[in-house]
Amino acid sequence: MTNLYIARNPRAAARNLGGEMMIMSGRDSTLFTLNKTATILWQAADGTTPLNEIVENRICSEFNVALSEALQDAETLARELAGHEIMRISEQPIAGSGGVLR
Amino acid sequence: MPDLAAEVERLSLTIEIGKMPVRVHTTDPIFLKMLQDRYAGFLNSSDEAEMEFDIDLSPPAFADPNAPVCVSQKAGRWSLERGDFQAEWEPRSRRGWIRQDANPYSIDAVLRIVHTLMLAKQGGFLLHSASAIRNGKAFLFAGVSEAGKTTISRLAPSDVTLLTDEISYVRRQPLGYVAYGTPFTGELAKLGENVSAPIAAVYLLAKGRSNQIESIPASEAARSLLANLLFFAEDEDLVHEIFQSVLEFVSRVPVSRLTFVPDPRVWELIG
Repeated sequence: MTNLYIARNPRAAARNLGGEMMIMSGRDSTLFTLNKTATILWQAADGTTPLNEIVENRICSEFNVALSEALQDAETLARELAGHEIMRISEQPIAGSGGVLR
Repeated sequence: MPDLAAEVERLSLTIEIGKMPVRVHTTDPIFLKMLQDRYAGFLNSSDEAEMEFDIDLSPPAFADPNAPVCVSQKAGRWSLERGDFQAEWEPRSRRGWIRQDANPYSIDAVLRIVHTLMLAKQGGFLLHSASAIRNGKAFLFAGVSEAGKTTISRLAPSDVTLLTDEISYVRRQPLGYVAYGTPFTGELAKLGENVSAPIAAVYLLAKGRSNQIESIPASEAARSLLANLLFFAEDEDLVHEIFQSVLEFVSRVPVSRLTFVPDPRVWELIG
């Protein structure tokens, strides 16, 4: 299976508010409130940690789910966030990634 | 032979909203008088200003007089356009110009836009909301058109000072957020008082069958305030700053939903 790398789009503004991660797209100012899984992905999306490692270490342990199932869901979610241009996804490590988290 | 190139007198006026003085220059005494009347209570006799605008009272060269607002920045210069005005403003030099007919509405729109741009750099914003002071504290009542901003303003008892029934002026100060009175009016068509107070709470208005205040999640509060924000600029960096400003505001000021019936008893819950 190919390793995927995910990175926060520095053009998206983000902030954790009352435990919920809120993101504003830099493309069209659309506002997103991430669920718990998406928040974990977003916070771990440093562009250098492979997605399967994030899922295994951060999601499987948190939600007690099988790696294969969690990885499939995470990839779907990451692609969805990438579709909104608030996250970048690549088969190679993503250089210069990681917007400022508040 | 008389001098045909007679010098035209330049007339000036300083309009101060939210402690931000804006000086405007015109050569038309009738227009000046109209501004003096329109912004009575918000005039400042000082020559000092955060920015200055020369007003050219000639119709803007637009094909469409109903063209929507367009606010953009290029090389440090803001361009503001609508069907009824054109304006430019350079923050670095603090100077700009406005081209419009001799009406009070165009300059009012320019002022609103310019204040949103200035406030955005300082952690403040303009919000579609009524606001009022009671017992030394300011309360904001946010909502879209028909949500009840004018109604709740009309119902305010005599110990309440109305800051605005339409657009609230919010500035960040070292110890919290402060609401200022504005001359930006809604249906009530009554200028707010030119005073200020620390903001104690924001209420998202909803009309209902009883008066009650309910807490709401912070994310819902942020979403609602962002939806009621007055902001026009097509500028990604500034949009991000506004986003952070509103979320910072929500993390520091209580935001609740106020459901109310249109009668004065709703004010028993406020203050």
